[in-house]
Amino acid sequence: MEKLSFRLTAARSAGGTRAQAIVGVVASGNLEVLLERSHPADTCTIDIATAAHGFGAVWDAVVRDFVARRSAGGLRISINDGGARPDTVALRLAQGIRKIEEPER
Amino acid sequence: MSDWGMQKAALGERLAAGRQHAKGKVVPIPSLPAFLKAVIRSGDRVCLEGDNQKQADILAAALANLEPQDVHDLHMVQSGVVLPSHLDIFEKGIARRLDFSYSGPQSARIARMLFGRKIELGAVHTYLELFARYFIDLTPNVALIAAVSADKDGNLYTGPNTEDTPTVVEATSYKNGLVVAQVTEIVDKVPRVDIPGDLVHFVVEAGRPFYVEPLFTRDPAAITETQILTAMLAIKGIYAPYGVRRLNHGIGFNTAAIELLLPTYGEKLGLKGKVCTHFALNPHPTLIPAIEAGWIDQIHCFGSEVGMENYVAARSDIFFTGPDGSLRSNRAFCQTAGLYACDMFIGSTLQIDLEGHSSTVTTSRIAGFGGAPNMGSDPRGRRHPSEPWLKAGAEADPDSNAALRRGRKLVVQIGETFGERSAPLFVERLDALDLAQELELDLAPVMVYSDDVTHIVTEEGIANLLMCRSKDEREQAIRGVAGYTDIGRARDAKLVEQLRQRGVIRRPEDLGIDPLDADRRLLAARSIKDLMLASGGLYRPPSRFRNW
Repeated sequence: MEKLSFRLTAARSAGGTRAQAIVGVVASGNLEVLLERSHPADTCTIDIATAAHGFGAVWDAVVRDFVARRSAGGLRISINDGGARPDTVALRLAQGIRKIEEPER
Repeated sequence: MSDWGMQKAALGERLAAGRQHAKGKVVPIPSLPAFLKAVIRSGDRVCLEGDNQKQADILAAALANLEPQDVHDLHMVQSGVVLPSHLDIFEKGIARRLDFSYSGPQSARIARMLFGRKIELGAVHTYLELFARYFIDLTPNVALIAAVSADKDGNLYTGPNTEDTPTVVEATSYKNGLVVAQVTEIVDKVPRVDIPGDLVHFVVEAGRPFYVEPLFTRDPAAITETQILTAMLAIKGIYAPYGVRRLNHGIGFNTAAIELLLPTYGEKLGLKGKVCTHFALNPHPTLIPAIEAGWIDQIHCFGSEVGMENYVAARSDIFFTGPDGSLRSNRAFCQTAGLYACDMFIGSTLQIDLEGHSSTVTTSRIAGFGGAPNMGSDPRGRRHPSEPWLKAGAEADPDSNAALRRGRKLVVQIGETFGERSAPLFVERLDALDLAQELELDLAPVMVYSDDVTHIVTEEGIANLLMCRSKDEREQAIRGVAGYTDIGRARDAKLVEQLRQRGVIRRPEDLGIDPLDADRRLLAARSIKDLMLASGGLYRPPSRFRNW
């Protein structure tokens, strides 16, 4: 298991009011993403526990793009990765943002 | 004085030699080895019917069992190299030279044999191109073909998998070549005459059906969310704005996902009747939900698909069927239809380079092309207008006189940025170039050339190459949808953003696509069983696709 941590400045803060959201599952080639609203609005942290070693540079590119493209400010994001491909990671992160934005019912 | 009847005389000799082992036109199975030895000459050009799907397997095995001291140096001209026996013929030294189109299941072995110089390669063709050469410089001396049934006069019924047979027989028989057919059974009267008996010299009763490869069955259970997202991008970003009604789909999971999203996502976008009404396509099981929902007007088929026979027969409003009720397929006609009468080809590939050339050849596998380079090319002989063709032409060349401007066929390459075993879709240099060098080929086996491809779709977005105005823009447009591959990460982020502002690159968020919709629940069928149920039980999936 490899652990990676990122603390990034976010231009836009996450929408909605939900305290947390979770998407995906831990399985081979898949990942679980937990998003919690717990930081100042301009900060996003991402902690990754991954089964695949040696992909730090790709993770760095994926999470930086994510924070630049999506409204991720204020979020503490925890990822449990089962060796997902970067396209799956990017999709799950995008889904997580949409889920935490959704109106509470 | 010249003798102008030499070919007829040679055919007469073969017929006389063959009749020694036949009763009328019928060759009994035990006599088959002696018969083939009697009618085939060393150095003959032989078409052993290996189609995309249908295989003359009994005749292939018998040919491979000949002895190279009796028959050698054959030149095989066949579209599909599919069965192990097709290559055994080369391994044993019965055949030497090969001209073909497709080698899917044998792609690894054919690569080894080419490298080992066991096969002298003529060329890898597209189907229509090889068929064309049957009539010009690759006319067979002998054709060994497959059909469902024959009568004693040699009239053949090919059933739903007619495929290449009419083309092969036309080229061989009318040019004094010998035609031998394997059939499942000999009957008093065939259900319909697909090949007239005058053109068929001998028939062999195999006693069992010929082998058919179920090539077009994609299990919806294996479709990923990334593929669903990519399919949504294609539908909303290409099918809808161009209004693509006449098209061909590749055989991969990406296009299977598109087929399964038509009745759900396509319906939501109000596209029914506006896109995907006419296809040049095999009867894909994943198209059943769209057909049942009334999306499709008409489909012409290259071949059939295992298990789809009863469904197709019950949907004659959609498919081309004969008086016997079953599908009439014809690969040459359908390839022509795909080339000239379709406005779009969309399919997957294995490698795309920075110019946009794409290839399915890797250093260890030579899968051939099949029909993709034909369908995936812009036909310069086209003259009839249509909305998507004109719109694409205008995007490519906005400043020219519209009445003199050629339209453009939409040629779309679709795939995830990382493919099987995480191999990147985008590469600096195609493996096809290394292969060409190693085998000393004049041409690298490129499936779709850069100047034919109009769009590349990945989960990251759509690159519209028609709107690129320089080599540099084109390269950055490709890098801009290449995701986290090395090619994608080496993009010029500023230029990519400019291309996005101009609409050359469009991302899911630019098209209003919600990532939460990229969910398997959006598929109109999520399993083979769902497809069977959607067909009202008419689709009978092969046992290997059944898990219930």
